[in-house]
Amino acid sequence: MTKFFKHIMVLAIALFMAAPTLAADDFSAQVDALNGKSFSKKIKAIEVLAEADNDRVVPVLRAMLGGDLYALKSDKTVVIAEKRGSVYLVHKADDGADLGQMAKSDIKKVRVNNKVRTVIKGILGGLTLLSPNVEQRQKAIDAVFNSRDESLLPTLKKAISREEDDALKAKMVLTKAAIELENAKDPETLSAALSVLKETPTPDVRSILTRYVASAPEDMKAEAQATLDAVESSLSMWENVGNLYRGLSLGSVLLLAAVGLAITFGVMGVINMAHGEMVMLGAYATFVVQEVFRAYMPGWFDWSLFVAIPFAFLVAGSVGVAMERGIIRFLYGRPLETLLATWGVSLILQQAVRTVFGPTNQDVSSPSWMSGAIEFTNGLQFTYNRLWIILFALLVVVGVTLILKKTAFGLQMRAVTQNRPMANSMGIKSGWVDAMTFGLGSGIAGMAGVALSQIDNVSPNLGQVYIIDSFMVVVFGGVGNIMGTVVGAFSLGIVNKFMEPMAGAVLAKIFVLIALILFIQKRPRGLFALKGRSVEA
Amino acid sequence: MKFSFKSILSAGAIAATALVGTAANAADTIKVGVLHSLSGTMAISETTLKDTVLMLIDEQNKKGGLLGKKLEAVVVDPASNWPLFAEKQRELIEKEGVDVTFGCWTSVSRKSVLPVVEELNGMLFYPVQYEGEESSRNVFYTGAAPNQQAIPAVDYMLSEDGGAAKRIVLLGTDYVYPRTTNKILRSYLNSKGIADADIMENYTPFGHSDWQNIVADVKKFASAGKKTAVISTINGDANVPFYKELGNQGIAASDIPVVAFSVGEEELAGLDTKPLVGHLAAWNYFMSAESPENEEFIKTWKAFIKDDKRVTNDPMEATYIGFKMWTQAVLQAGTTDVDAVRQAMYGQKVKNLTGGVAVMNTNHHLSKPVLIGEIQEDGQFETVWSTDGVVKGDAWSDFIPESAKLTADWTYPYVCGNCEKPKYAGVAGM
Repeated sequence: MTKFFKHIMVLAIALFMAAPTLAADDFSAQVDALNGKSFSKKIKAIEVLAEADNDRVVPVLRAMLGGDLYALKSDKTVVIAEKRGSVYLVHKADDGADLGQMAKSDIKKVRVNNKVRTVIKGILGGLTLLSPNVEQRQKAIDAVFNSRDESLLPTLKKAISREEDDALKAKMVLTKAAIELENAKDPETLSAALSVLKETPTPDVRSILTRYVASAPEDMKAEAQATLDAVESSLSMWENVGNLYRGLSLGSVLLLAAVGLAITFGVMGVINMAHGEMVMLGAYATFVVQEVFRAYMPGWFDWSLFVAIPFAFLVAGSVGVAMERGIIRFLYGRPLETLLATWGVSLILQQAVRTVFGPTNQDVSSPSWMSGAIEFTNGLQFTYNRLWIILFALLVVVGVTLILKKTAFGLQMRAVTQNRPMANSMGIKSGWVDAMTFGLGSGIAGMAGVALSQIDNVSPNLGQVYIIDSFMVVVFGGVGNIMGTVVGAFSLGIVNKFMEPMAGAVLAKIFVLIALILFIQKRPRGLFALKGRSVEA
Repeated sequence: MKFSFKSILSAGAIAATALVGTAANAADTIKVGVLHSLSGTMAISETTLKDTVLMLIDEQNKKGGLLGKKLEAVVVDPASNWPLFAEKQRELIEKEGVDVTFGCWTSVSRKSVLPVVEELNGMLFYPVQYEGEESSRNVFYTGAAPNQQAIPAVDYMLSEDGGAAKRIVLLGTDYVYPRTTNKILRSYLNSKGIADADIMENYTPFGHSDWQNIVADVKKFASAGKKTAVISTINGDANVPFYKELGNQGIAASDIPVVAFSVGEEELAGLDTKPLVGHLAAWNYFMSAESPENEEFIKTWKAFIKDDKRVTNDPMEATYIGFKMWTQAVLQAGTTDVDAVRQAMYGQKVKNLTGGVAVMNTNHHLSKPVLIGEIQEDGQFETVWSTDGVVKGDAWSDFIPESAKLTADWTYPYVCGNCEKPKYAGVAGM
């Protein structure tokens, strides 16, 4: 009896085990097929896998998309591997079983290309459209919008009926309209789809409509064309707003580079050809600060720029003070010699940085709060890094104005530049004021370097790019006038950006330069000329 | 009268080189000139190549040098200053008496050196991909010609695997290489059925840093309802802000892929590559290539430069192949004499670091494989496509009408770098 029972038990267990094992075998074969020989085989395998009813499908596809899918070199089992230092933590792809740590030489990456990625994104979109997580649904709907796969329509309808987030729901309705426009036949659905698309004039919608107009049936053509025209006209208005924003952003960069020069050249009258190198030093200071953060407190990395700003100010400022005390003070009143000497200093600084840090670009990362963009539904984008830089530039200008107008140091500075002998006889140490003023100008250039490191290369040549532009802004705005520098920078930036789409980047620059030369002929003292006795000083 | 004066001059020059040549031969080292910018804009790229040549010389000397003599590097700095390249090349040949020079990066620097090496009968190895339309008797081109980089890349972008692009944006820096390459590409695209209305061309100055408008324009161009791809011949520093702007404006490779001809591992090293995953580059070499030769090369390089983080790139491989070929040709000729070595160069074979064998052709260009790679998160490239075998470098593009009829072949009967007819047609038969 017991023996018989045992037999039954064994049989039952065997049967019980066999069924799922069979299914599991099938599934793991499907997973292993992801490591196909060609990309088209991989795509087929992905499509097959997507049909499987298994909760490992989503993590496996995600790993494949993220480049974490590998195959064991020994038996070609497909695994998910995460890099931890020099080793990889490996899990089996089909059931998530832990395989422990492995070296890079034990595994080989399952290669994906753009096409495979697009397919995976589309499928993942369909699979996660009903996910309870808002972020996942967000990603999913974006992917579905891009793939516009007709077979997802039922899932999409279900998702729309469930969705509670308004923005997400709007996107889903738009996606549904786009899919219907491309696949539906009856005029009513098509008209409805067109009117939905009309409400959201984005570049993507324009793209979908343009394609549709080209192949639309006769009876829909007029309506589709009208919709497209409406979308086009609304888009072109927003493009001008976009241009304005980009002009402001270029202006803010010019402004940052020029504010320091407005002090050293504008207020003190020193033609400082090494001004660009102060900017470069600021950028390298940012790099050094970031390296320290990376090494000692990676968790605080996002805050590294707040340390970099004062650090860059101090580094560039002290180099500026050293320059003034060491060279420039012997050359006051001799502009030609100053020009040559500071040019020499700029070369020395460049080569010094090249020797210390090497000639290659340094990797300065953007903190997460500076990456990405604010996207408006109409396709307009304000990139965060540029937005912060505009803000930073304005803050710097406000700060400089406050120092000049509201502090004792600012008063002494203005006194010295306006009438040196008088200032001296009032007990102001004019030499000390000169050094501090030059230091302030250089320090601000250093702070500009922190901002520029976020959008430009951190290389020894960084400064050269900005030196001409800075002089241009200061001369245009009116020498010795901070407000003029602000207006000058923004107007040059905006003019440049509106010219660019028409004339191309090279010609736009040339036109701006010619216009500037003509302007200086008419108003040699720039936009805001200083009046009164200080002009003669 | 004028003619004879000229010939006296050139005879003098030949005599001078001959003298210098004997002087060098008398010494017990073989001098190798290194003509790469160590300061100025191009230092970022060229310093690496200087170090590569030094490493290769070092390796060769460990093996006992060449012809029983040690190799000696003569390094000069032309400082990214194009006319200075010509001066420094003259100094290398006339004053230092080098037997061979490895150097130049930009096409404009090569064009500046060209008359000097031709006048003094020197030998220059040029290791960078370029626009073609040239074949000098005194230069060996070990980088890619357009048909070894640009054309296969376009083919890939138009293919099903590459996304089947129907609209193409050609972005470039404003100088000779991008303009010539894009001229070739435009006529090639036309021949593939892509109309001029579907091609957008845009040039920017060196070191351009504000890409907002151009990237926005590309986006707009791409929203015309056809799959769009960007082919970038943007050179040098300007690439970093360009890719940053792409990332910030959210252009993923799956929407608008960018394939670049001047962006390698070295350029990516100064960049956060996360937003760039999937953008492409076409080269003849990627550091990620899996071959024992490449592993060895990377190991030697890291040990030589004493930095475990340094990367290798395509021009380094081109330098490596050029250097190997030169040493082999010198051994074969038994001398470092330029004319003898040149003859020995033809048909010279060197194993590529990516597998396969590179061959030097009589048009002074290599036969090499072409690879297309996608940028990965770690700043490396993953090869997604490669040619089946090697592709022979074509000095004169078939897609520019005036150059299609030209032939470069430095062996009999052509003996010419840009001829429509062989120089010695029918002479030998008589």
